[in-house]
Amino acid sequence: MLGSGLIKGLAVTAKNFVGSFHDPERLVTLEYPEQPAKVAENYRNFPFLVSESADDPMGTLRCVACQICEKECPPQCIYIEKSKAKKPDANGKLQLFPAVFDIDISVCMSCQICVEVCPFDAIKMDQHFEIAESDRFNALLLRREQLAKPNSYFHQIHPTEAAQVDAMLAEAARKAAAAAAAKAAAPKPAASAPAPAAGSTRLAAAQSPAARPAPPAAAPRTEPAPPPSNPA
Amino acid sequence: MIAIVTASERLAERWPLMVRDLVTGGLPEPWRWLANSLIAILVILLAFATLFALLTLAERKLLGRVQNRPGPNRTGLPFTGLRLGGLGQPLADGIKMLTKEDIVPRSADHVLHFLAPVALLAFSILTFAVIPYGRHLVPVELDAAVLYFFAAGAATELAIFMAGWASRNKYSLLAAMRALAQLISYELPLLLSIVPVVMLAGTLSTTAIVEAQGGWTAGVIPHWHLLTPWGFAGFIIFLISALAESNRSPFDLPEAESELIAGHLTEYSGFKYALFFMAEYFGMCALCGMGVTLFLGGWQAPFAFLEFIPSYLWFTLKLLALLFTFIWIRATFPRLRIDQLTRLAWKFLVPLALVNLANAAFWSLTRDWSGALQLVRWAIALALVVVPFVLIGRQLTAGIAPRTYRYA
Repeated sequence: MLGSGLIKGLAVTAKNFVGSFHDPERLVTLEYPEQPAKVAENYRNFPFLVSESADDPMGTLRCVACQICEKECPPQCIYIEKSKAKKPDANGKLQLFPAVFDIDISVCMSCQICVEVCPFDAIKMDQHFEIAESDRFNALLLRREQLAKPNSYFHQIHPTEAAQVDAMLAEAARKAAAAAAAKAAAPKPAASAPAPAAGSTRLAAAQSPAARPAPPAAAPRTEPAPPPSNPA
Repeated sequence: MIAIVTASERLAERWPLMVRDLVTGGLPEPWRWLANSLIAILVILLAFATLFALLTLAERKLLGRVQNRPGPNRTGLPFTGLRLGGLGQPLADGIKMLTKEDIVPRSADHVLHFLAPVALLAFSILTFAVIPYGRHLVPVELDAAVLYFFAAGAATELAIFMAGWASRNKYSLLAAMRALAQLISYELPLLLSIVPVVMLAGTLSTTAIVEAQGGWTAGVIPHWHLLTPWGFAGFIIFLISALAESNRSPFDLPEAESELIAGHLTEYSGFKYALFFMAEYFGMCALCGMGVTLFLGGWQAPFAFLEFIPSYLWFTLKLLALLFTFIWIRATFPRLRIDQLTRLAWKFLVPLALVNLANAAFWSLTRDWSGALQLVRWAIALALVVVPFVLIGRQLTAGIAPRTYRYA
């Protein structure tokens, strides 16, 4: 009959109206500042530096100041100064560390190239997006203290990727330990034995070697002066 | 006991008038009349301005709820930090409107451009004068109140045409033309739907019409016009026409934003725009108030035992229910096309309203039928509502309904 469609339509809106009060599942709106916004696991915006421990982030940075990311960064928003001294990394090997590591996130374009090129899994993409500041120069230039976040945080925001990275790191450490043990057990044949080609870094074995440039520790070369990006 | 109840009831009913007389009682006669009228005007303006402010918020919240959103709930009261579910939103809107720049196009007719919103609001406010808000609360008791109401209400469309013409803008002018077409189309079913009420009550006075709907059958079934066959059909026709008269969705063609930007509002900004907005809501409130008065028993309580609640509260409750229905309809139906709009009025509502007139005449002539004849009376009256509806509906939708949708 004429008009039955109108009644059906009114019933649908009435059902939604009543339902929105007693069934919170219906409300798709997130009351944002009170309820934290949920982001997808693959969401990424700006890079951060991974440290092994939350208690001593500056002492346990994975970064060895190789400056690959600084050179690869398309908008040149990374500025690194190497340390003078060395200190042991997670495997006990002596490494350099960044005395200065700045990222100007007002310049960063979130391309993730720094993450792609890092042979040490030391820089990863963050999900923290509430970055509005009232000072547009200094507040958006993040220092290494602000950039450093523990591995547990990485697990929290990107669980899948963090698990893969941890597995690769563990595998590399195991191989390095096995090689060292084999070397110690059979000193004479070990000299001609095929030492792992990737022994120079603990990672190259685990990751696709083609995509990785040789780490600078293995191929030292003259470092050009840091680009005059932001001398602050 | 009964005397006490009556006394308290009369106190609850009469206190507004008693307060007014306390203020103006000492004045000599012509001045007293003037002061009483001014107080009535002030109260109406304050009450309906508040209702307008809350209605804009309520409409947005209700629409949000229908669409499974919470609606505006952020703006709190200023300086208090209280949010109260967005109760400060109308205040913020008002301040925004007041502080916006008032732009008049260079080639517009400056006088008419200024006059249109003023005239529109004035005509809308005029209609509030004759609605009985309570047992003793009628601002102006006119013998021809219903006629006055619809005359003032129809004039608002002329103000809309004034706005469209004065803006010198093609969208505004098109919207104004549409508004006129809509006015002519829907004024007829609107008036035809209320003629039965006037016929049955035998008067054009709103007070008398409300009093004619007083009383209950067995104390529970009120004698509202809505609960008669002709009254029900008349109320539906009235509701549809009132939606069109107040330019509400789904008949908001004059300001169809997808076609006409903002229609006659295109060249208005700032406070003039707010006046248009206000006038639209005032018109809607007035038409709802008239619908309550004519069909829903005005200030009468629905049940005899609920009569202790003061009459003005019953009127407010019914008014809010009708306004809620308007918002509900807005949340449900898409806008009509201009040819659908006029076709609905001329081919459907006008014939039905005319048949309804005959139905009311029959109802009025058979007033003294009783017993089994009463059943016959109801059957004939119901048939006079349903049969024309089905027949005209079939004839109108033959060949086009039910519609099947084919996807390319």
